[in-house]
Amino acid sequence: MTPAEAATVPGASVLARDWGWRHAGRRGWAVRGLDLRIDPGERLLLLGASGAGKSTLLHALAGVLGGDEEGEQTGRLLVNGQEPTAARGQSGLLLQDPDSQVILARLGDDVAFGCENLGVPRDEIWRRVHDALEMVGLDLPLSHPTSALSGGQKQRLALAGVLAMRPGLLLLDEPTANLDPEGVLSVRDSVARVLEHSEATLIVIEHRVAVWQGLVNRVVVLDQGGGILADGNPDEVLTRQGEQLAKVGVWVPGRGSGLPASRRGAAPRSTGSLNAGPLSTGPLSTGPLSTALLQTRALSIARTKDAVVASDIELAVHAGSALAITGPNGAGKSTLALTLAGLLKPASGRVLASDAFAAGAGAQPIRWKSRELLTRIGTVFQDPEHQFVAATVRAELAVGPRALARPEAEITARVDEVLQRLRLDQLADANPFTLSGGEKRRLSVGTVLATRPRLLVLDEPTFGQDLRTWREIVALLEELITEGTGVVAVSHDADFVTALADREFPMAAPAQAPRVAAAR
Amino acid sequence: MSVLAPARGQQAIFRVNPVAKLAAALLLAGVLMLTVDWVSAAVALACESVLFFFAGLSLRAFFWRTLPVWIAAPTAGLTTLLYGQASGQEYWHLGLVHVTEGSTALAIATTLRILAIGLPSVVLFVTVDPTDLADGLAQIVRLPSRFVLGGLAGLRLVGLFIEDWRALELARRARGIGDGGAIRRLAGQGFALLVLSIRRGSKLATAMEARGFGAPVRRTWARPATFRGREFALVGIGLVVALLAVFVSVATGSWNFVLA
Repeated sequence: MTPAEAATVPGASVLARDWGWRHAGRRGWAVRGLDLRIDPGERLLLLGASGAGKSTLLHALAGVLGGDEEGEQTGRLLVNGQEPTAARGQSGLLLQDPDSQVILARLGDDVAFGCENLGVPRDEIWRRVHDALEMVGLDLPLSHPTSALSGGQKQRLALAGVLAMRPGLLLLDEPTANLDPEGVLSVRDSVARVLEHSEATLIVIEHRVAVWQGLVNRVVVLDQGGGILADGNPDEVLTRQGEQLAKVGVWVPGRGSGLPASRRGAAPRSTGSLNAGPLSTGPLSTGPLSTALLQTRALSIARTKDAVVASDIELAVHAGSALAITGPNGAGKSTLALTLAGLLKPASGRVLASDAFAAGAGAQPIRWKSRELLTRIGTVFQDPEHQFVAATVRAELAVGPRALARPEAEITARVDEVLQRLRLDQLADANPFTLSGGEKRRLSVGTVLATRPRLLVLDEPTFGQDLRTWREIVALLEELITEGTGVVAVSHDADFVTALADREFPMAAPAQAPRVAAAR
Repeated sequence: MSVLAPARGQQAIFRVNPVAKLAAALLLAGVLMLTVDWVSAAVALACESVLFFFAGLSLRAFFWRTLPVWIAAPTAGLTTLLYGQASGQEYWHLGLVHVTEGSTALAIATTLRILAIGLPSVVLFVTVDPTDLADGLAQIVRLPSRFVLGGLAGLRLVGLFIEDWRALELARRARGIGDGGAIRRLAGQGFALLVLSIRRGSKLATAMEARGFGAPVRRTWARPATFRGREFALVGIGLVVALLAVFVSVATGSWNFVLA
């Protein structure tokens, strides 16, 4: 949309009067006793502990909370003086997960989808599609397949789809939580450009305040117990409430992560060699086999047969030490981690376990039985939902020990210990799928700890986590490393790498491989 | 990915609305199902083999995409040959197997029929873009847009399910439950995939609703779907082939109505 035209869409006002919402089948209220007035054109950052009802409020404002069968409402919530459900398209909602927001197969069609639903005439639709794509900076043909976009591009596409509806109220629900640093910036910059040319009211939810601080002129903090904890201009609220906010998991700029900069007081040093040929294998990259848990020999990795993403990898993984695998999207970080974890077959070359580590299970982890992996290598997947197999948190934690055929008393003792250590004891009987993002992450780490493996492999353990969960994960890993556990972690998170890693294995973007595979 | 990626090209066939392709394929199949004789199927197949040159596929692509039909047709034919209704002279027999004059004729008819129905269906649909088909079904056939668009959006999730399936496989090995019997393992993994796909589906539904899907206004369509000369021509070709097959079959006295 050209600047002049966009300016003709006036910002929407929001009014909440003692508003509350309780999801069907839940005992507690998601939001309660909320009184809030937002004037047209205000740009607001919405903060609060996880579980304070931030997302619920945004979904309600977008009119997608559902009807009476989905939950119970009290008080009133109005957008421009109307019920949100009665004015579809007036507010545009951008969600967290890039994968679940792509609707159609071609880029242009996807952007047009919202306009079609609102009954916009055909000529007008395509004008809006062009304008919206230009605004978010997606310079690709309209027929470009949406499956070939990176995470950041998908979020910008979804933003374009929202903008094409010309909403007076723009709602962003942690739009950058699942993106790598490059993706975060591209989405933030797109939003900044949109705001320059628009009068739309903005509400954004985000743990990492620094990303949005420059773009908002008001901060509202929701109280977990209902109502509002703080409301005012950003600097004021962040200074006054900084400590309180950090406690509930908000990344307040200038306060750091609340942990010492690095475990060893120095930045991790680079290790290993990649695509450099076997000649570069020096003593620095691969120590003597006896101190290492795992070592690679001319390793090539591939997710599926024939799709080699990196080769000639020489590295070692040591007990009581953390190795961080870093690099851009599509470099093969997850593939390398899963190969080291004995889950993916090397395309060529080998992953070798030391005799002490293998303890009679054979030299190559990929040949180990599933049960043999349990006490040796524990893997925490990027998406915790992939690794849940039981109906309750307690049963989930017992899966590993039970597969090892440990006595029932020992299983109970171990499960109880992990429940306490990861603050999951209150949730022991909950279904793993109903947990919050932070709780799911803690549980996925817990399932692995229950069998006490000597090596932990974690794929993006801090992705999308609030500060509180982040700190807990770092502290826990630190403790394990000190106890002698080896850790391999794939991470985009510079703070995490600095805080934990002894060594870093940076991977380069693939030279000629298509960016298609870079979505994760 | 390849499941959802239609062939693309410049030939006329790519510009024909998918609804016409669907209609032509259904028409041909419908008529050829009325009879079991080799003449009608052979006539249809002969006409089709000329038309395939205009189908917008290279020889290689044609072979690969239609491979399942080439496997299915002789297999069904062989089964009919060995176990089909016995009649006329018996050539060979072993236990339940009777190869007779009747079963041989039936086998040839079956093989040709599957080819005559299967090949054009596959060839026509290889060039169909699901989005265009959905547009056509909603705008021309006037199927409910909620139903058509819901299906179309769901189709996009297939690629994600394949990724999920791979991840589930690795995760179950990592959790220590990847050893046991294959059937039990697959059942558990299948259930997990079902749970994940329902969650993905509900997230997608929310995203669609957030874009005004189901809003109480009359929906417009960004891409026009029209049924004009080109479309009528394709359906007409289908009709001519079908009628020719029937005519020759009846004229030669080999028409064999299935319900008779």
